[in-house]
Amino acid sequence: MIFRPDHKFTHGAETSKMQIEGLNVHIAGQHILKEVNLIIPDKRITCVIGPSGCGKSTLLRSMNRLIDSVEGAHIEGKILIGEVNLIDSGEHLTELRRRIGLVSQKPCPLPMSIFENVAYGCQIHGIRNRRKLKMVVRHYLEAVGLWDEVCERLNAPATSLSLGQQQRLCLARSLAVEPQFILADEATSALDPIASRNVEELFVKLKNDYSIIMVTHTLRQARRIADYVVFMYLGELVEAGLASEVFDNPQHELTKKYLSGAFS
Amino acid sequence: MKSLCIFKDRAAGGVMFFLTIASILVVGAMAVGLVVKSMPLLESRPLSELLFSSEWKPLRGEFGFFPFLAGTLWVTGIAIVLALPVSLLTAIYLVEYARRRVKSYVFPMLDILAGLPSVIYGVWGVLLIVPLAGYTLLTGGIVLGVMILPLLVSLLVEIFSAVPSSLRDASASLGATQWQSIKKVVLRKTSPGILAAVVLAISRALGETIAVLMVCGNLPEVPHSMMEAGYPLPALIANNYGEMLSLPLYEAALMFAALILFVVILLFNVTSRVILYRVEKKFAL
Ligand SMILES: Nc1ncnc2c1ncn2[C@@H]1O[C@H](COP(=O)(O)OP(=O)(O)O)[C@@H](O)[C@H]1O
Ligand SMILES: [Mg+2]
Repeated sequence: MIFRPDHKFTHGAETSKMQIEGLNVHIAGQHILKEVNLIIPDKRITCVIGPSGCGKSTLLRSMNRLIDSVEGAHIEGKILIGEVNLIDSGEHLTELRRRIGLVSQKPCPLPMSIFENVAYGCQIHGIRNRRKLKMVVRHYLEAVGLWDEVCERLNAPATSLSLGQQQRLCLARSLAVEPQFILADEATSALDPIASRNVEELFVKLKNDYSIIMVTHTLRQARRIADYVVFMYLGELVEAGLASEVFDNPQHELTKKYLSGAFS
Repeated sequence: MKSLCIFKDRAAGGVMFFLTIASILVVGAMAVGLVVKSMPLLESRPLSELLFSSEWKPLRGEFGFFPFLAGTLWVTGIAIVLALPVSLLTAIYLVEYARRRVKSYVFPMLDILAGLPSVIYGVWGVLLIVPLAGYTLLTGGIVLGVMILPLLVSLLVEIFSAVPSSLRDASASLGATQWQSIKKVVLRKTSPGILAAVVLAISRALGETIAVLMVCGNLPEVPHSMMEAGYPLPALIANNYGEMLSLPLYEAALMFAALILFVVILLFNVTSRVILYRVEKKFAL
């Protein structure tokens, strides 16, 4: 509503497809992602699964170019959002990053109040109007079901919330800059079972408006919420497709083994 | 065997406790010693006159410490005003922007600079800054500022490095530029740490003796601008102790100078600690 004035709290027209072509990532001479080709479908939950160390986080960090901050990282290939290639986007990178939200593994509230956490992104992008900010904060806190719990203490430090609440706050903070994509790297693994379910259900609700890419550490979670599944192994994309197909009828030998729990 | 281990454990605990108490006692003894030694002076005049009178004429028995107090505050103030922005930007550059190679050259250099004896900074000041700015408070401030710079930079580098990269990532993922993230997240997160580092640097500057003694001009008059000569407290003590002690009350006066310095540094540290505690609590940093 702020970055696209003609959209009333929903995101319709803009394309939310991400297309990855020939993505290769090297870190300090090691080949971490090998020739990854992938299409992230619009307004669905895509789960990335695979044994630890196979490059799931690296894939996610490539999608918003946070990989750049890793010293010695080299990225090549194409990550297309609409017409733009994220990988040589030059000065448009920060604007593109606004369109790609991030929820990290451990809740990571910024060192400021609850209110300021949600308003932070808008302020970064030049919105100063106090009334407008209040509206945005309230709207997105409601969207993550946190408003009723915190409306009395918006000026309290964000760190005073429980971990589950912090994670939902981080989600609200991402949503407040109106992204089209949400990247979530094991976003529920640090939470207790109930908080974890809460966040999970939120993602399911949010997929009506956002394209969600989720790295998950539990197959059960992927089975519950994934529309699409991507299976990675040693930096290669082994298999990707509709969740129902990959889970019920995996094509690749490695996928079968992984799904049956032969390794993890 | 077992009992021997337990005995050693207890003994180690006891020894460490004793040493801790002992080091605190040494500081306390120092304070008491200074008070006792400056008693003759303290008994002869009201405290306010000693602290705020500008007349320093030991031969006539006039002991006003205000010129020295002012000198100390001037050089310390100038030093921190000069050193803080430079060290902040340097540390930010080193932590946030510089490549590992650059760091691997700069960090050892900083350690060397921080370890140089202050007389070397003094000589450097006499050779390089005095020809430009004369024997003045400004020169003293510059020399002191350069001296505390490496200390400040290393402290700040450590403080900035301790900020988890996930905070920077979170900010960047919202579309913030690197500079925005630094300004609004890193500096905010580290503000108590920065304050603590500044306190440490100021404490160091307040007590620095040799370097300021060499470049400030050592004129016992109240300075009105930084282009005048001054006479910081530590320089007064170092310059005069052991001489003219036959003058009545002179030794007590020098002891009192040391006491003032002691109290200033103590007060300064205590207040800043209180502020630090409040800030940390308020923002839950
Ligand atoms: N900063 C880094 N420096 C060196 N190697 C890294 C770095 N980050 C990740 N790697 C390597 O990249 C590979 C993939 O890591 P990651 O993407 O974190 O895996 P996953 O998230 O699937 O567990 C691992 O072998 C890891 O050692
Ligand atoms: Mg990972």
